[in-house]
Amino acid sequence: MKVIKEKHSLAMRWCHWVNFPILTIMIWSGMLIYWANDIYSITIFGHTFVRFFPDWFYKTLGIPQRLAEGMAFHFLFMWFFTLNGILYVLYTLFSGEWRELVPKRNSFKEAWLVLLHDLHIRKTAPPQNKYNAAQRIAYTAIIIMGFGSVITGLAIYKPVQFYYLTWICGGYHFARILHFALTIGYVLFFVIHVVQVFLAGWNNFRSVISGFEVVKEEPVPAIQTVREDEKGE
Amino acid sequence: MKKANKKIKKELTVEQKINRRNFISFGVFTVLAAGAYEGWRWLYKSPDEVSGITAGAHKPLRKALNKTEIFFRRIAFSENHLVKTYPKEMAAKHVRVNSDIGIEAKKKFDPAQWTLQVIKKGGEVLKITLDELRSLPKTELIYDFKCVEGWDQISHWGGVKFSDFVKHYQLDDYAKMQYVGMETPDKGYYVGIDMPSAMHPQTILAYEVNEKLLPLNHGAPLRLIIPTKYGIKNLKRIGTITFSNTRPHDYWAEQGYDYYSGL
Repeated sequence: MKVIKEKHSLAMRWCHWVNFPILTIMIWSGMLIYWANDIYSITIFGHTFVRFFPDWFYKTLGIPQRLAEGMAFHFLFMWFFTLNGILYVLYTLFSGEWRELVPKRNSFKEAWLVLLHDLHIRKTAPPQNKYNAAQRIAYTAIIIMGFGSVITGLAIYKPVQFYYLTWICGGYHFARILHFALTIGYVLFFVIHVVQVFLAGWNNFRSVISGFEVVKEEPVPAIQTVREDEKGE
Repeated sequence: MKKANKKIKKELTVEQKINRRNFISFGVFTVLAAGAYEGWRWLYKSPDEVSGITAGAHKPLRKALNKTEIFFRRIAFSENHLVKTYPKEMAAKHVRVNSDIGIEAKKKFDPAQWTLQVIKKGGEVLKITLDELRSLPKTELIYDFKCVEGWDQISHWGGVKFSDFVKHYQLDDYAKMQYVGMETPDKGYYVGIDMPSAMHPQTILAYEVNEKLLPLNHGAPLRLIIPTKYGIKNLKRIGTITFSNTRPHDYWAEQGYDYYSGL
């Protein structure tokens, strides 16, 4: 028998879907800004593996020569990004949802088992509540990353007035690197997240829009009889 | 009869409940997503502001920039917040030259003929030579110069603190106004600075870089070094200084950049 099982609160769904376009705009406008001084690459022993970013990439996305525009968009949408993040954190704190989200002591060990299970190396996944150990880590990490983006962002936005933030972030250079690296982190998160959502299927995806999942439950008789041979257990 | 008209409330089946909730939630989601998309199109296609002191930005974005500026000025700006300074050894030997707007080499300019002109009330012009400026107490500053493009460089500057300059030439009444305007002699480059930033203790009218007189490409004979602003506000080759209560025109604010551009 099909049963409706409530899964995601309206607040969580709201914050999730509001964040998606805002973060997209922040990443895009951030690239318009980064282009003006695009010095980062992954270089090991003199060999450059990745250059952020190649010319074809900029051209395809229409990024060059738009620094002023990028800053104007970035410094408007930063407000929405931050406020939405604050709203979400307050909600999880006051609703008690954080208990489902914050990694537990065994989560880091368990996350490996989840990973092995997802990669079809291991047959069984550890038992879980709403989120499995890997999700707990990922969804908590992404909030910390968002917080990091705001702090490193402020550190490079007003390095004189917020000198203490710049200091905490390891200086102006390092703050800019962190701010950039966090963005790369979001993109990686997004890729894995979308693959996982795709694999998890419709029921799971729907729950982030409509709030519920449909589960099949066997009807349980009102009076349960226990057979003799099961008694001993 | 009355009873028969009453709707009989039947308990919805699970399947009906699912469909109903799907319909509502996906409907609302679609409407909101479409609204968000339309909102974005509106903003993205919104016309540029009317060209004035600032120009070149989408109208709503300019409004946001100005509001954000006021917010951060109020909550964060303080004369006591000093830019970090460095030991002399860390200063770049070759200081980056990023722009020559207003001081192009092809333009004829003789530093020996130069005087700084301070425009006072009633059209009175105060003319000041480099030697006079050099006789005032010198302030040196070794700090991380930051460009709006995203690069930065530790560089070593020397000159007269703007607040010392104001005091020495008895411009205190002018310093009560809200803005300072500076222009190159050819009027090709110009900046507007809010008074609190201009009077910040690390804002200097610089005539030295690395303990030598400025070369032409760094703005000889006198340039602005204002660590609380991006490089775009650090005008090279100051020709005139004005004071006003309204925003003076500003080269990069006319190209879509934030007027304040503060750090």
